[in-house]
Amino acid sequence: MSPRKTRAPGGVFSGKGASVNRDDNRDPEELDGAEEHGPGGLDRRMFLGLSLTAVPAVRFAAATARAAGKTAGKTMKPLKTAKVSVTLNVNGQEHPIDLDARASLLDTLREEIGLTGTKKGCDHGQCGACTVLVDDRRVLSCLTLAAMVPGRRVTTVEGLAQGDQLHPVQAAFVKHDAFQCGYCTPGQIVSAVGLLHEGCPDDPAAIRECMSGNLCRCGAYPNIVAAVREARGGKSA
Amino acid sequence: MNPFTFHQAAQPDEAINSVAGDPHAKFLAGGTTLVDLLRLNVETPDALVDINALPLAKIESLPGGGVRIGALVRNSDLASDKTIRRQYPVLSEALLSGASPQLRNMATVGGNLMQRTRCYYFRDAISPCNKRQPGSGCAALEGYNRIHAVLGTSDKCIATFPGDMPVAMAALDAVVRTRRRNGAERTIPLADFHISYGDDPARESVLEHGELITAVDLPAMPWLARSTYLKVRDRASYEFALASAAVALDLEGGRGGHIRAARVALGGVATKPWRSREAEQALTGAKADEAAFRAAADAALRGARAQKHNGFKIELAKRTLVRALANATEMKG
Repeated sequence: MSPRKTRAPGGVFSGKGASVNRDDNRDPEELDGAEEHGPGGLDRRMFLGLSLTAVPAVRFAAATARAAGKTAGKTMKPLKTAKVSVTLNVNGQEHPIDLDARASLLDTLREEIGLTGTKKGCDHGQCGACTVLVDDRRVLSCLTLAAMVPGRRVTTVEGLAQGDQLHPVQAAFVKHDAFQCGYCTPGQIVSAVGLLHEGCPDDPAAIRECMSGNLCRCGAYPNIVAAVREARGGKSA
Repeated sequence: MNPFTFHQAAQPDEAINSVAGDPHAKFLAGGTTLVDLLRLNVETPDALVDINALPLAKIESLPGGGVRIGALVRNSDLASDKTIRRQYPVLSEALLSGASPQLRNMATVGGNLMQRTRCYYFRDAISPCNKRQPGSGCAALEGYNRIHAVLGTSDKCIATFPGDMPVAMAALDAVVRTRRRNGAERTIPLADFHISYGDDPARESVLEHGELITAVDLPAMPWLARSTYLKVRDRASYEFALASAAVALDLEGGRGGHIRAARVALGGVATKPWRSREAEQALTGAKADEAAFRAAADAALRGARAQKHNGFKIELAKRTLVRALANATEMKG
C-alpha cells in the first residue's frame, strides 16, 4: 500500500480532505524553521527554541554516532519529508492549506491560520494552554497533528464569542478576575467550555478535578473555580 | 521531529497492510504518547498511518453478558459508559484517575495498551537507555530512580508501566483481540499482553509489527461489580501512580464475609500491568479482614526488588492494596 496518494475520487477520503505527497528533496531544516518563525524571519520564539534545543541536539547526535546499530544507521539515510493538503474547519471557516505532515494543530492555528489566541505552553501535553475543541470536545492541540482533523470542527478561543457578546465562560472569567498574567487563560476558558458538556459535578473539589488538565502558574485557581461554577449555573463562591 | 509520511486509513486491513509493509511505520490513534515522543525524537518512524477513521469505536454487549470495547473508543467515553460503570466500576475509576480530561478525550483503548513504558531517561533522548537504544545501558539503575519499578525489572531496564486502564483490565481478565495481515485474528489475555523486561526492554508487548488491536473483551461475571481502583501519587490529580491497585472481590455475606474469589492487579510499581495470582491465592477462602488483606499484600510484593530511591514503593504498594481491598468490601456486591 503506497502512502503517496490517498485522495480517492468520490471515495472515503473525499470528505476528509487529506492527501499526501512525498517531497524527498525539500530540506527538512527549512521545514523545521517554518514551524517556528513568523514572516519577519528569526524571532524570539525561534531563538528560544534554538537555544533550548541546541545542546541536547548536539549531545543526541554524539550519542547516536557512538552507538552502532539501528538508530545510527537510520540517521544516515536521506531524510524524506511529506506534505499534506488539508482543509481545516476552524471556528466555522474552511481553511485549505498545504502543511508539513509533522505540523501540530497548535502550530498550524498560530503560524498558518493566524489565530494566536491558542497558546503554546509546554508543547508536550502537560499544561493545557493549547486546549481547543474538536467536534465540541476539549483536546490538546499540541499533541494533535493538523493532518488528523480535516472534516472535523475545530473551535478556538477566538470562536467562542458571538460578535461583542462574550461566551458565558468568558464573562464569568472577567467577572471573577480568574487570571493574573493571562497566558493560560485561553486554554482555561476553552477547557471550561468543554467541561460544560461533560457532566462534571458542581462542588469545588470536583471542578478542580475536572479542570486538572489546565495549569496556572500564577495560582488563580480559586477564582477560576468560581468562574467555572458560575458559568455552569452553579454557585459562584 | 524526524520527517514521516502521513496516511489516513479507512479500513482495518488497509491500515494493517500499510504498517506491516514498512518496518518503520506506526499506527497513529489518539497520539497522546506518540506525538510527544516524536517531538522528543525518541520515536522516529518513517510513516504514520492514522487509524482514527476506522470503524472500531463501539462499545457492544456480548451474548452471555460480556462487553466488547472497540479499540478506538476514547477513554472518556469508556469511563462514562453506563454498563462499564455498573458491571466493571474498577475500569471506569482507573480511566478517570489517569491523565487529564483533554487527554482522556483523545486517548483510545488500543493506544492506551500500546503507550510506551517509559521513564525520564527514556524520554530525554540523551541518556543511555536500553529501551530507546538497545545495548547503550540504563541511566536509571545508577541515577535517580524514585519513580521506577520494583516488580518485573531486569538489569537492563527498570521503567514503570505508566497506565491505569490496563491495570484494571488485567484484574478483569480482559482479552485483547487483534488482526494481522491476511485477516488473521487472534485473542491475547491481557495479563499476557505486556512483557516483563528480559534481555530486550525495547519489546513491551507480544504484538507483531503491523498487528492491529481491534477490541478488548470483558467477561461476564456479576461479582466484578464489586471492584475498585485506588491510585496513590505525588499530586492529587493528573499524575502517574507511585502505586495503584485494581481489585475485585467475590464475597459471601458482604463485609467480614468469606472470600470466594478475588482479583488483584498492581500499577505504578511494575514494568507491566501486574496481575498478582499470589495475592489472589492468599485471599481465596479467607475471611475478608485486614489480616487477610495484609497477607495478600505481602504475597503480592514478595518478589519486589528495590533500587536506591524507590524502596518506599514496596510498603506503599502493600498499603495501597490493603486499602483497596477494604474499600471493595464496603461496596454493594
